[in-house]
Amino acid sequence: MTIMIYLIGLSLVLGGAGLVFFLWCLRSGQYDDLEGAANRILFDDPPEK
Amino acid sequence: MTCAHCGLPVAPSSASTAPAGRRFCCPGCAAAYDTIQELGLGRYYAQRILDPAIRAPRPETAERWDLARHIVTEPDGTLSLTLALDGLQCGACVWLIEQVLAREPGLSTGRVNMTSRRLRLAWRGEAAEAERFVAAVERLGYRLVPYDAAALAAADDRTGRALLRALAVAGFASANVMLNSVAIWAGYDEGMGPATRSLLYWVSALIAMPAVAYAGRPFFRSAWGALRAGHTNMDVPISIGVLLVSAMSLWQTVQGALHTYFDSVVTLLFFLLIGRVLDHRARGQARATAQQLLTLRAADVAVLQPDGSVLRCAQESVAPGARVLVGMGERIGVDGVVERGSAPLDASLVTGESLPVQAGPGTKVFAGTLNQGETLLLRATATGSATLLAECVRLIEAAEARRGRFVILADRVARLYAPVVHLCAACAFLWWWGVQGVPASAALLIACAVLIATCPCALALAVPAVQVIATGALFRAGMLLKSPTALERLAEVDTVVFDKTGTLTEPMLALAEDPARDAGALGVAASLAANSRHPLSRSLLAAAGPVPAAEGVEERPGEGLTLGEIRLGSRAYAGDPSAPPAEGPELWLARPGSPPVRFAFRERLRPDAVTTVAGLRRAGLRVMLASGDRAAAVAPVAASLGIADWRAEIGPTDKVVLIESLRAQGHCVLMVGDGLNDGPSLAAASVSMSPATAADISQTVADVVFQGRGLAPVATVLRSARRARMVMRQNLSMSLGYNAVMVPLAVAGLVTPLLAAAAMSSSSLLVMANSFRARSA
Repeated sequence: MTIMIYLIGLSLVLGGAGLVFFLWCLRSGQYDDLEGAANRILFDDPPEK
Repeated sequence: MTCAHCGLPVAPSSASTAPAGRRFCCPGCAAAYDTIQELGLGRYYAQRILDPAIRAPRPETAERWDLARHIVTEPDGTLSLTLALDGLQCGACVWLIEQVLAREPGLSTGRVNMTSRRLRLAWRGEAAEAERFVAAVERLGYRLVPYDAAALAAADDRTGRALLRALAVAGFASANVMLNSVAIWAGYDEGMGPATRSLLYWVSALIAMPAVAYAGRPFFRSAWGALRAGHTNMDVPISIGVLLVSAMSLWQTVQGALHTYFDSVVTLLFFLLIGRVLDHRARGQARATAQQLLTLRAADVAVLQPDGSVLRCAQESVAPGARVLVGMGERIGVDGVVERGSAPLDASLVTGESLPVQAGPGTKVFAGTLNQGETLLLRATATGSATLLAECVRLIEAAEARRGRFVILADRVARLYAPVVHLCAACAFLWWWGVQGVPASAALLIACAVLIATCPCALALAVPAVQVIATGALFRAGMLLKSPTALERLAEVDTVVFDKTGTLTEPMLALAEDPARDAGALGVAASLAANSRHPLSRSLLAAAGPVPAAEGVEERPGEGLTLGEIRLGSRAYAGDPSAPPAEGPELWLARPGSPPVRFAFRERLRPDAVTTVAGLRRAGLRVMLASGDRAAAVAPVAASLGIADWRAEIGPTDKVVLIESLRAQGHCVLMVGDGLNDGPSLAAASVSMSPATAADISQTVADVVFQGRGLAPVATVLRSARRARMVMRQNLSMSLGYNAVMVPLAVAGLVTPLLAAAAMSSSSLLVMANSFRARSA
């Protein structure tokens, strides 16, 4: 049953990565404007400089 | 025929006709169209969807803002400025604005937030460059108003983000712990060995303990605050339950025993946090929208400098003694004394008086009054403690201090619930340990099972879930509930007190019907009036419906408008001096070859005022009217609405006295008002509403702000508050019913972790599903 140790560890690492990713999204303000994000995909060209 | 840029109607004969049959309503729109085409962004017109409810993108005479005051220097030397954006129609507008700003040299960030309708600019270099960026967007037809840095800091949503982080942690923990728990439950039948089970318990404990410590903080903090203040709330039983059960489960794990409740604890926190996050979001959105409405209305003040030049600056920065110019149709921004000029002033937003008052040199005027005549020169008086505003602020603070704290339904339940539950658990322990003689550890286990079974997950969701759904539905219908307890207070209302001017009546004066008037005259007058910001011109235009603006109109301040031989303006300028005097304000139209036509204006009831008031009375509410206006003006309004109980000529203090005496008789009073003079009574009432056209201070004080022309929101909000209360009570009785079944089982020692988890989740889901019924008003 040593495989359990690896599997539990692996599931925790994967879940933890999801959590860190979410917290990163939150910190970088990706949840600040959900309505805008939904509309922006319709105009997908990057602003021209 | 509509304008190719802003979509407003255009005169068929309009001179600004571009090639290809395009027409423009004004040179501003034509210039905006050209700019967009030159930049190669013509796609905008094909992709946008114009929303008639939102201000059309027609470039107006730019207001000059003192932008430098609002620019923030970031630690890395970047300058940033946040502006409220008016006229945002759809995603194409966001695209257009960002594309145009991307072409501005020097700007590093120009990003629109569509949810909060804000534009954030960031650049390196001179602060004065902001003018250029703002002008680039204003040229397109959008209106930009800088956000006050203080208002922005207040809007910075730290609590919301902290809650969301806690939610993420709780979600992660509950998913992983539940995974282990399912394995353990399956292991009961499959013959899982004690070592494997113990390992899974330890993994669960390692995940759950830090998660509880982190995600439980919002509850622990609130519970601790309530306990320290000597009362209790819903968070107290939650915190006690969570802490006790976590500790017991940890101890069970150390002992290698069977009963751990890590899954229940973290799932409980996860569900509760979902409720908190949604609740916070719904209210934050309502508050931000209310703030946006106020910011867009902010006006600057024209201060006359000693050298004769005019500097426009913010209201707060006008020093006493400064000389201020107030043009026709402008709202006076500061309290002061008239030095030069005389004009009729509309003080309805300040005193409730509906007829304009003539002001001349020496007259004291108050901020918020609307100048209907020629330009006035004022000397600003102290904006300190002596002004009407300061008086009202004092009255508001006093009224709020007397109002007392409202105890929400959930906390009233918690006051009874917490002692009963904890007593139950204690009794169970004593009975098993003392009477039955089982070991203390086993008895403690049963006591903890009682706590877990009664842990008020469904109970704590019962109220917030309904709040979120009802507040969200009202928000989408243009009613902003700013206070967390407003919904519950609204449900108890039995008396409604209305202000008259601007609340029962429309905020704008309306054109009086006149059968003798030549039908074509209104159209001609309106096409002239479309060129003016004068309040009477605006009313005339509103009465005529969409009319293309005539071109080549000249405005003569204090007199009127002229287009060749046609004149529209005061009696002296365009009227018949021998005509009988009008009751209220009037405009005259003089055309060559026909006698002058009079347009009389008077206040008019909101379109649905009669049906709304009748509906409120049918719903069993007592309706009253309290106005600062003269009795002669109040009586007919009261009569046409069928309100028998009315007071006229009462000041802010008397309104407060009226409301407090009603409340002393045990009534729950809803005050609906818009004026500065209503501010104190809004604060004194059990719950209060303001239209979005109300004076700033009244809107800030009011629990609910409603948008639109009608008065129907008052009835809608009351109706949905009552419905929400009904659903809340259903939810509460459902979750109490669940407890009534679970507590005896737990006391009898029959509750297993699996049963607890299943019962808790199903009752929470049931309560959430029922809450959706609060959506339909």
